[in-house]
Amino acid sequence: MSIYLNSDSKIIVQGITGGMGAKHTALMLSSGANIVGGVNARKAGQTVEHADADGNPVTLPVFGSVKEAMAETGANVSVVFVPPAFTKDASIEAIDAGIGLLVVITEGVPVQDTAEVFAYLEGKETRMIGPNCPGIITPGESLAGITPHTITGSGPIGLVSKSGTLTYQMMYELRDLGFSTAIGIGGDPVIGTTHIDALEAFENDPATEAIVMIGEIGGDAEERAAAYIAEHVTKPVVGYVAGFTAPEGKTMGHAGAIVSGSSGTAQAKKEALEAVGVKVGKTPSETARLMREVLQG
Amino acid sequence: MDLFEYQARDIFEKHGVPVLGGVVATTPEEARAGAEELMGGTGSSVVVVKAQVKIGGRGKAGGVKLARSPEEAAQKAEEILGMDIKGHTVHRVMIAAGAQIAEEYYFSVLLDRANRNYLAMCSVEGGVEIEELAVERPEALARVAVDPAVGIDAAKAAEIVEAAGFAADVKDKVAAAIQQLWTVFSEEDATLVEVNPLVKTEQGDIIALDGKVTLDANADFRHPDHAELEDSATTDPLEAKAKEHDLNYVKLDGEVGIIGNGAGLVMSTLDVVAYAGEAHGGVKPANFLDIGGGANAQVMAAGLDVILHDDQVKSVFVNVFGGITACDEVAKGIVGALEILGDEASKPLVVRLDGNNVEKGRAILTEANHPLVTLAETMDGGAETAAAKAAATA
Repeated sequence: MSIYLNSDSKIIVQGITGGMGAKHTALMLSSGANIVGGVNARKAGQTVEHADADGNPVTLPVFGSVKEAMAETGANVSVVFVPPAFTKDASIEAIDAGIGLLVVITEGVPVQDTAEVFAYLEGKETRMIGPNCPGIITPGESLAGITPHTITGSGPIGLVSKSGTLTYQMMYELRDLGFSTAIGIGGDPVIGTTHIDALEAFENDPATEAIVMIGEIGGDAEERAAAYIAEHVTKPVVGYVAGFTAPEGKTMGHAGAIVSGSSGTAQAKKEALEAVGVKVGKTPSETARLMREVLQG
Repeated sequence: MDLFEYQARDIFEKHGVPVLGGVVATTPEEARAGAEELMGGTGSSVVVVKAQVKIGGRGKAGGVKLARSPEEAAQKAEEILGMDIKGHTVHRVMIAAGAQIAEEYYFSVLLDRANRNYLAMCSVEGGVEIEELAVERPEALARVAVDPAVGIDAAKAAEIVEAAGFAADVKDKVAAAIQQLWTVFSEEDATLVEVNPLVKTEQGDIIALDGKVTLDANADFRHPDHAELEDSATTDPLEAKAKEHDLNYVKLDGEVGIIGNGAGLVMSTLDVVAYAGEAHGGVKPANFLDIGGGANAQVMAAGLDVILHDDQVKSVFVNVFGGITACDEVAKGIVGALEILGDEASKPLVVRLDGNNVEKGRAILTEANHPLVTLAETMDGGAETAAAKAAATA
């Protein structure tokens, strides 16, 4: 079991012919993910050549639209690699086509574009993850995004994180235990799937025994997640927040990661999480140790 | 990017928001000329000399002064230029036309991260510290959610004005100004547009007297004109150099240079180094530097170049988890960078690599056997070694 993504997922790639799209289509295929085609309106009717996990050649069709790709292949997941200027239109196209899961990897999307897409999602069937995120991996089953599939395998831990490389670091620290699903929700100020959404899904996933939640400075998403955990999550949660030593008023790479005033600090987030019984590590290695204690007693 | 008041004023004017005349000056002489221009043009008998700093509370700090003649404007500018306001040096003043204020209001529209839409806030009690008003008398500050798909149309503007409780005689004018301010927010890709105060003059006009605008850097590709708004005068020279190379760099006040991939991992590395530093005389991270995915020799060289030119740096910790980035590429980058930099590279480098192609990466560094480079097995271990080396040479 897993959340949002499993071995039945049929994935298309929007921007499959671009540099990033081609590279990560190859990597997703090599992980065993079921990639069934791609979309590029200007290259409709062409095909792209890749190899599957066993090294056998795979020929993927390029469709003119998400709607057509879904009709022809039965795809229910789309991974978006198009440039920032086109991400809004690509996302809306996928939502209009009724895609189940939309994973937007693209970094640097104007926040007003994302806010419009999020408003557009209202009442639609699509779940969006991202933008500016590594995507989602259910080890051993499927990969929709850029998380390396070689770090670790399937196991009892569910992971939700704003940061890509911290996701990888944490999967690496806990590689002997493995993960049910690891989801990178992205570091932008507006994102489609939140910590709370993922916590709810992990709570309901029988394969997930414990949850590791990684946050970072800025905003109050972690504080809201803490309030949600207090009310709704019975599984053990271990937390980590990056940016304890970050100075106020400096943006640390992620558009969302800026501390203004006293709110949004790592310390405030840690305290909010600890107040509801979440064990919070001050470093990735300490967080991994806390997770081991939770799972191994 | 936060704009200065004079830049916000210019952008407001461009989109039809009613503003008063304003001229930016960097010297008392320019201030005199600006005051002459304004007093001649508007017939105003008074101008306001306002410090241009990106922080609130400048009035209380003495950064806003009235002047009744061009000479007095020059004199006030002389007093204000160079002033330190909460750590911000004043490099510019704006000479603004004086206004006869009858009432002061407040308006802002901003990105609401929690609700993933926009929020308009409005009050008939402006001109004060709005944070205080929000805490002490929240009922006096109207909060109206704005749907990003619709924006602030005439109906929404009317709703905001109604919620704030404006008197009948100004309702329509304020609503019109709010729609124009929405145009600024939407067409300039802002994440914040704030006017405090929005005033009614004794003549009954509605005017945006002070403005704060934050622009979304992600949208720069569709606003080539935004590049000019960049404040080069106060940018740290190392940050400017990093920007030339498209590196995501923030200068901090410490001794251990940090290079990593991915914003989250780099932030985490800063923490781990700061903790390790506690046992080594309190050494701290010297910077945030994210080389991003797919780092090659050039990117690594550029990053090392910036960090090694920071005189405060005593050691450098390179912490890379190869997800998409291949560790052998990073290792080649380090070796190549050290070759390019030659004798300029004079500080110890602690390198921790894990993930994609880690064995190849470590082998490349071992083989190069550069006297400055130490390999670390773990993130914690690398931080410890880098902090110890910084403390030893401090």
